[in-house]
Amino acid sequence: MKTNTTLHPVDQPLEMRHLTARVWKSFFFLSTIIAITALTALLLSIINQSFGYVVIENKVQPAAVAPQPLETLPPESLIEILRSSLNRNRIRAIERQGLLVERSQAELFALVMENIIRPEVVASYNLDQSLFNRRSIEAAAAEKYPHGALEFRSWLNRGFLLNAMNSKPELTGVRGALIGSLLLILITIAFALPAGVGAAIYLEEYADTSTRINRVIQANIDNLAGVPSIVYGILGLAIFVRGMEAVTSGAVFGVTDSNGRTVLSAGLTMALLILPIIIINAQEAIRAVPKSLRDASYGLGGTKWQTIWNHVLPYALPGILTGTILAISRAIGETAPLIVVGASTLLTQDPSGPFSKFTALPVQIYNWTSRPQAEYRHIAAAAILVLLATLLSMNAIAVILRNRFSRKSL
Amino acid sequence: MNVDTKTTTFQMNTDDRSDDYALVVEDMNFYYGNFRAVKNVSMKIEKKKITAIIGPSGCGKSTVLRTFNRMNDFIPGTRVEGKIIFHNQNIYDPRIDPVQVRRSIGMVFQRPNPFPKSIYDNVAWGARINGFNGNMDDLVEESLQKAALWDEVKNDLRKSALSLSGGQQQRLCIARALAVEPEVILMDEPCSALDPIATLKVEELMRELSKNYTIIIVTHNMQEAASASDRTAFFTMDEDRAGMMVEYGFTDQIFTTPRDKRTEDYITGRFG
Repeated sequence: MKTNTTLHPVDQPLEMRHLTARVWKSFFFLSTIIAITALTALLLSIINQSFGYVVIENKVQPAAVAPQPLETLPPESLIEILRSSLNRNRIRAIERQGLLVERSQAELFALVMENIIRPEVVASYNLDQSLFNRRSIEAAAAEKYPHGALEFRSWLNRGFLLNAMNSKPELTGVRGALIGSLLLILITIAFALPAGVGAAIYLEEYADTSTRINRVIQANIDNLAGVPSIVYGILGLAIFVRGMEAVTSGAVFGVTDSNGRTVLSAGLTMALLILPIIIINAQEAIRAVPKSLRDASYGLGGTKWQTIWNHVLPYALPGILTGTILAISRAIGETAPLIVVGASTLLTQDPSGPFSKFTALPVQIYNWTSRPQAEYRHIAAAAILVLLATLLSMNAIAVILRNRFSRKSL
Repeated sequence: MNVDTKTTTFQMNTDDRSDDYALVVEDMNFYYGNFRAVKNVSMKIEKKKITAIIGPSGCGKSTVLRTFNRMNDFIPGTRVEGKIIFHNQNIYDPRIDPVQVRRSIGMVFQRPNPFPKSIYDNVAWGARINGFNGNMDDLVEESLQKAALWDEVKNDLRKSALSLSGGQQQRLCIARALAVEPEVILMDEPCSALDPIATLKVEELMRELSKNYTIIIVTHNMQEAASASDRTAFFTMDEDRAGMMVEYGFTDQIFTTPRDKRTEDYITGRFG
């Protein structure tokens, strides 16, 4: 910087101006650092809780049940072990979900583990402790749980992804919640995208913005985007769960074993929630279509609809998809409205269609984090990782779609 | 000089057979809300000739041009009074569909505005939506030939129109307009965004097209009007900032012996 050479009297306060610029620059830099630190801390804390040493104790030693390792036994021997060790009522309860003889070896092995061996996590440690205090963990574990086995456990594992929900944290999985979340998003998008884009087209292309009523509508939509999600939950409860129960429970389609607390109700509620976001973003995208493009279309004798459909919408599509990405991100993480609409806390059967009972990943995480036991903290952290991965992959799909459309239009 | 009444009812020195006129403008006034932007324009546009509209910025040249195919309909709060006769019908008659008007009176804009689609689709789109059911490949080739662009793009018809240069894009826009077979082509400063070589090509093209089409061109470029047009209309604005036509006649006459002092001042560069 040429601070010492004075070219002109005007240059005198230049030093001060540069100083101001530097102060602002460091302020902006600091803001970025704060944001990055917060994100890193969040991610680290989740990862820290998702992995670590656990001490597992079996209620019954496998050696006491059979001389060979259990997983190598044929189905017949496993059935025999089950029948000899469990009382009749328990067997009947198990067979109600499928006869033993019809089950695979892996299923039978899981039943033996769950009902007879009953391995239990009696102590768990976070990743940081596991990495840096291994010795003391080993010592403490050996002293307190002489029969326990110390092993490194990734709480986020294949079983966690693929298992149905279970009341035991070691055996539970997020399959139901994951399917629920995906179904929910599917229904949400199926309703919110056409409705939102339709409303945006109407407001931008057809509505006369000089009339009071249309201005009121516009102001309302802008404000609806900021309404707390719990309010939408209450609305959904009143309209979809109660008011339209015949439809949302599937009664009018012949589904009998259900009430209004279904995936469909939750999806519609979520659609209401993200509708304003989609409308606002789609309006923004449509407004950004250059006037020259419309002129070109009209100049060739295009009608209004031909202009919108052939030129305005394709041009606005990337922007509309960006808005949809934002909306999906919002919807996939929403918890409050789902709880109000009636997500199940323990769902052993996967949601299979729009009229199923449901739960979703954030609801599951909420339920697990509110438990006092340490193991639930770990599975909640693992579920958060699953949620983040789901969110990222959905966004990736939307980004790929958007890029494809914007390349096609060029 | 009292020109007000004289010039607005100025008649050209040609036979008044309506067959010779592509468009007849009768006492047209144009309003933005309450503001009268163009006042008392009457002119007869001859068929298969190039008519240039010149004048200083803000005199309403483009506005007038856009009234000829109802492109101003999209600006809220605008209104046209008077008549514009096309094929013995007032195009502002409520029974007339503006889409029909724009289909017969095409337009080329100031900045090249090809659709963000392939070259082929740019030309084909207008014809397709207007129900063309002949051989589209032939139509595209023919239109690009007429616009003197075919040789440059015949191997790249599937390439994006946006990959063309500015001059090529403008000729593509002309080809696109030709593909719907209009009778009149309105050009709103078609060369103002082009370099001199591209400008020359477009001007040559205009001359060629005037054998079959009526062309009305708005231009800032005096030389362009003088060299490329058959008729010239000079517009200016009055003390209320309303655009008005001062003089309209053969281009030679306007540029050599203008009748109005304001025309003379403008073409000799002494305006303002």
